[in-house]
Amino acid sequence: MDLQTIGTILLQVAVGGLSLGVLYAIIALGYTMVYGVLQLINFAHSEVFIAGGIVGYFVFEALKDASLNGYLKLIVACLAAMFVSGGLNVLIERLAYRPLRGAQRLVPLITAIGVSLVLQDSLRFLVGVRGLFDLSVNLPKGFTNSITTFLGVNISLLNLQVKDIILIGVAGLMMLGLNLLVNHTRMGRAMRAVAHDRQTSGLMGINSDSIISLTFLIGGALGGLGGVMFAMKYQALNAYSGTIPGMKAFTAAVLGGIGNIPGAMLGGLVLGWVETFLGVVSLFQGIPGLHWLGAIKAEYKDLGAFLALILILFFKPAGLLGKATTEKV
Amino acid sequence: MKKTALSLSILAALTLGSAHAATVVKIASISPLSGSNSNLGLQIKNGAQLAVNEMKAEFAKAGMTLSLVAYDDQADPATGTAAARRAAADKAVLGVVGTLNSGVVIPASAAVAPSKLTFVSPANTNEKVTDRGLKNMNRICARDDAQGPAGGDFVADNLKAKKVYVLNDKTPYGQGLAEQAEKAMKAKGVSVVQSEGVAAEERDFTAIITKIQALKPDAIYFGGLYGQVGPFAKQLRDKGITTPIIGGDGFDSDDLVKLAGSGANNIYFTTVAPPVDAVPAAKNAAAAYQKTFNQDIQGFGVMSYDSAKVLLQGILNAYKLNKNKVPTRAQVETAVRSGTFKNLTTGEVKFDKNGDRMTAKMYVIAVKDGNRSTAGTVNVIRK
Repeated sequence: MDLQTIGTILLQVAVGGLSLGVLYAIIALGYTMVYGVLQLINFAHSEVFIAGGIVGYFVFEALKDASLNGYLKLIVACLAAMFVSGGLNVLIERLAYRPLRGAQRLVPLITAIGVSLVLQDSLRFLVGVRGLFDLSVNLPKGFTNSITTFLGVNISLLNLQVKDIILIGVAGLMMLGLNLLVNHTRMGRAMRAVAHDRQTSGLMGINSDSIISLTFLIGGALGGLGGVMFAMKYQALNAYSGTIPGMKAFTAAVLGGIGNIPGAMLGGLVLGWVETFLGVVSLFQGIPGLHWLGAIKAEYKDLGAFLALILILFFKPAGLLGKATTEKV
Repeated sequence: MKKTALSLSILAALTLGSAHAATVVKIASISPLSGSNSNLGLQIKNGAQLAVNEMKAEFAKAGMTLSLVAYDDQADPATGTAAARRAAADKAVLGVVGTLNSGVVIPASAAVAPSKLTFVSPANTNEKVTDRGLKNMNRICARDDAQGPAGGDFVADNLKAKKVYVLNDKTPYGQGLAEQAEKAMKAKGVSVVQSEGVAAEERDFTAIITKIQALKPDAIYFGGLYGQVGPFAKQLRDKGITTPIIGGDGFDSDDLVKLAGSGANNIYFTTVAPPVDAVPAAKNAAAAYQKTFNQDIQGFGVMSYDSAKVLLQGILNAYKLNKNKVPTRAQVETAVRSGTFKNLTTGEVKFDKNGDRMTAKMYVIAVKDGNRSTAGTVNVIRK
């Protein structure tokens, strides 16, 4: 195996891992937001996220023949998904988590898992009554076009598509926007205050219930946006598709330091890269002395990703960017 | 019971006053006529009905009034077993065509094995169906364990691939299929460049596609289901890789084309039910089916038509051996297992000692530009 081949493979891993990683990161933001404020792991987030993807599917279907610019269609799909997923998340908080506030921490965790299962089958039902199971997403024209040159350089080798660029761009914007919101606005300050000490912030005139609802709204809306990105990237989804990416995103959030917004982003990227790299690592068995790599087949990529998590947490228990104090966000 | 049946038939013969008084002979069909599999189950019932209609005259000549009695098993083992018991309780029923689901035929055939009620199955592929060695259980379709080798042979012989990448979905179905295909390919000198698994729920193939790009195989064998293969094909074709993908009957769904979208090209899969264009001999049966039932015959209809003919010819053979008298169920059982049946749409049928067809066929379906066609047939020879 020559150097050029190795370089090509590594470059493809870098790009493939990036687009997978930002997807994990987008979902991880939803986990991290809710955890940051409530110290609650919202396991229903995978379903809130895939609900957004399903909404996106129906919007794209409805607008299929409309003579509308493709990007406008995408924006409509995103807004609709953010609205539905955000609302759904607020509803979940009201029905499943708020009545249990003050209960032991294990209790809302169990309801979160329960809500997740109820949502999965409800989504399955809602899609199933239309005689559907696997949804095949038809994207507006141009999204699946390949990009062959970038700044005059031939990049056809990377097999990048327009939709990959959109995904990466949206993820960047989301992180920037969220960072601005949390760190540089009054609302963000209130959120941080509630996260730090709910009772004292209440005494300072902050309505913690509405701040928590707001957090769920934003977290859900981001999840919905992520769902549309998922639908766009894979163009195929069903009511159960959220489980694997949701679990990976949760892992990414923990890896980066749960409750920390840049951490979620970093965790997603690390996970995406580790996973993609491990998926192809057996190719390097041709390099002298590395023949044992042939045994590491693609089916071990998840195992490797979780081993990476354990290793990182072993040396840095709060995650890559997490602070080892009780301070959140 | 036997005595009364005998005396009743003598009585019937006497009252009609003729040595050739028509004796009622029935065969039964057991298949799902309700529920989500009912379109396939109906094909089984209608296919058997067609054979009965066709052979009625021949039976009448021998003094037998032939008819079909159709039972609905609802694709449920308990219902199917009850149906088999009801068929066994009807002394005029000499054999059964069915079922669709292996899970149904396994308990049903065992339940009526003591009554020696012969099954000829058009569709049950599970190995256990015949591996139990029941005397009354036969099938004319290929077995599950023929599928992987048939796919492997197709890759080597028809696609002429030298290097193959093998993927499986880590389920018993997908993994078993991929392993068998791999073995068959290696036996034909094809090199397997990599054989690995991917979780059945996984829809992200970034790493695997990068690998395929680097390994440049001539073909990809995927032991998996359409729900996963569709997105895989789409992502693969989006990267400009046109390498053929081949797999088993898990690909057989209209959703495959929907999910693969523009990637629904150069995909092949093996199946036991022939598309009608793959069996030219079924032309007459297809026309008769259309005329009788006002719909098109499909693979399982063809198979059921042949199953019923095997059973009916078996009954006629036993009739001759029984000195031109209506044979017993035991005689039918022996006649079906030991007979050679010709003039069938899917070729000659002869069973081995367990009731598996000696030369069954697997059909390879090709998906090109979203359309299906027959890419070839692979003979499955049992020794």
